[in-house]
This record gives sequence, structure tokens and C-alpha cells, in this order.
Amino acid sequence: MPIILLVGLFMLVQALPNDPVTDRVILLPEADGSVGAVIVESDTGTREVNQAYQVASVRESGGISSERTSATAVATRYGDLLAGQPKPQTSYLLYFEPGTDELVPASQATLETLKADAASRPAPEIRVIGHTDTTASPQYNDELSLERAEFVIETLRAFGVRPVSYEATGRGERDLLVPTADGVPEPRNRRVEVSIR
Amino acid sequence: MGGLAAVVLAVLVIWGPRAVAADAAGMIKTVKGDVTVLRESNELPAQVGMSLYSADSLRTGRDSSVGITLADNTVLSAGPDSLLELEHFQFDPRTREGAIEARLERGSLSAISGSIAKTSPEAVRFSTSTITLGVRGTRFILEAGGSD
Repeated sequence: MPIILLVGLFMLVQALPNDPVTDRVILLPEADGSVGAVIVESDTGTREVNQAYQVASVRESGGISSERTSATAVATRYGDLLAGQPKPQTSYLLYFEPGTDELVPASQATLETLKADAASRPAPEIRVIGHTDTTASPQYNDELSLERAEFVIETLRAFGVRPVSYEATGRGERDLLVPTADGVPEPRNRRVEVSIR
Repeated sequence: MGGLAAVVLAVLVIWGPRAVAADAAGMIKTVKGDVTVLRESNELPAQVGMSLYSADSLRTGRDSSVGITLADNTVLSAGPDSLLELEHFQFDPRTREGAIEARLERGSLSAISGSIAKTSPEAVRFSTSTITLGVRGTRFILEAGGSD
């Protein structure tokens, strides 16, 4: 009996890796499908991980080996971790009718997307920068650009979005998206940039 | 007026007794279960919308997780039974340069790089007790003290 136990124990010890994996690094593809790189450095080695779902396993000894995993395996093993990951910052461009804080029809759909996005975030921080084209005076354009930025904030608040912080800035005609001479109506310059995180 | 014109700026903080201070490193965006912020010698229950500062740590319990967005738009989360130290964070919103040093004592971390990984990649460092990661603008998972 004791001998059987001893043999069993011996087999168990043999089955255990004597240099266990302590740390792992897994490279994931980015939202646009591109893949970056991580350089893993231990006391005894360095390894670059640069393929989607490539895993660097680091052993107690410092040895680093590399395997491949899959999206499914990652979702299973790290479900809680990934579910806790906040939405990355998203940016939107909205365009306006000349001389007003009214959106062009094509930007209505973008505004709807922005509203849904903002409402889905638990603690939104919102930054809005308004711009104009070069028609009218710079002073008037400063006011108009701020009105455009404030229109976006007000629309989001009316929709029920409660930002933790927001910033509405008017840049007038200082930062033209499309450079023009003074007095030129340019639809692409009559815009606001919205960043939300 | 022209170039000298002041930028018209309106900043309003809707809730919370404290404004998001200029030196905040980031903000807690998601909390599930038991999550504690360790700040100096204080233990604060983590809340969505809470500001985080350089040198803060986050501790999660069983079945718990926390997600944060740093000022440079780096997105981090810590999974169950984790201890994550934001050892050093610094960011200049004008140049978008800065530094991030974070240490995962135990548990798991997911990261999506922000501006600092693009402008100052050599200043981004994630570590555990056995390894150090250099990050070249990317998304990854780090697990410390894993078994199998």
C-alpha cells in the first residue's frame, strides 16, 4: 500500500511541469483588424509578440515560449476581463447649414449615432469643438462656432445624456478643414468635431 | 481680433463634488462586483465616474472587474482577483506625449493603447513581478501568476 502511494505520488510529480507558466501575454487584433506588437522581457530572455492571438508564456525560470490561441478561447478564458473594458474614444463630424446652428440633412443620421453612443456610456466625457467657414466676420464666426458646439451638447442633454464632464469650444474660422480665402462659403468647414469617451 | 482672439470656452461639471482635476490620470468607467481604489493609505470603494490619479492602485475581488480610460485615451481593464498599480502617469494634452508605468501584481489586465503609445512608445511600460512589456501601439491581455 505505501509503495503504491509512493509510486502514485512519483507519477503525479512527473506529470506536473517543474517549471510552471506564471505569466501570459496575448496580442489581440485592434478594432480595425490591424495588429501591433508587444516586446516581452524576462530575466533570461526577450520575445516579440506580433501576430494576432499569439501568446507568450513565461515560466518561473524566465523562459518564454510562444503559442497561438483563438478568439473563442480568449473570449472564454477572459470574458469578465474583456466585458469590463470601457468603449474606446470615438469621434464624430457634424456639418451645418450656412450661418446657422442647424445640421445639414446628411448629418442627422450621424447625430442619431452619436446620441446612441453617448447614452450607452456609463460616465461620458464629451468634448465639442465648433467651426465655421470664412463668410462673415471673425467675431461673428467665433459666436456662431460656439453656438454650433453648444447645440450638440444641448441635444445630447435633451436626449438624457448626463456627461461627467463636457467642454464646448468655438474656434471660429481659425482651423479650416479646407483652407480657403476670406469670404468663401465651404460646407466642409461648417462643422463641429465631437469626441466622446 | 484675429489670432489674438480668445477661445471661448465653457466647461461645466454636471455631477460630483469635485471637478475632474487637471492632473487626473483617468476615470473609472466600469465597475462590476467588489472593486477598491487604493490611494495613499486609503481604501475607497470604486465608483463609475471616479477620477484616478498617478500612484493609485485598483484591487478587484472574485467575479469582479473594473475598466478605466486614461487621459491619453488608453483603455484598461482588470479582471477578477487582480491588483493593478498605476505606478506613474503623466500626459501633456498639447503635445500628446507622456509616460505610463503600470504593474500587474496579480490577476489579469487588458489594454488598448492611446496617444502616449504613439508619441512616446519608449515611455509605456507594463510589468509583473517576472516580466516587463514594451508596447508598440496595440491591444493585448496580460495575465500574472497564472496557473495551468
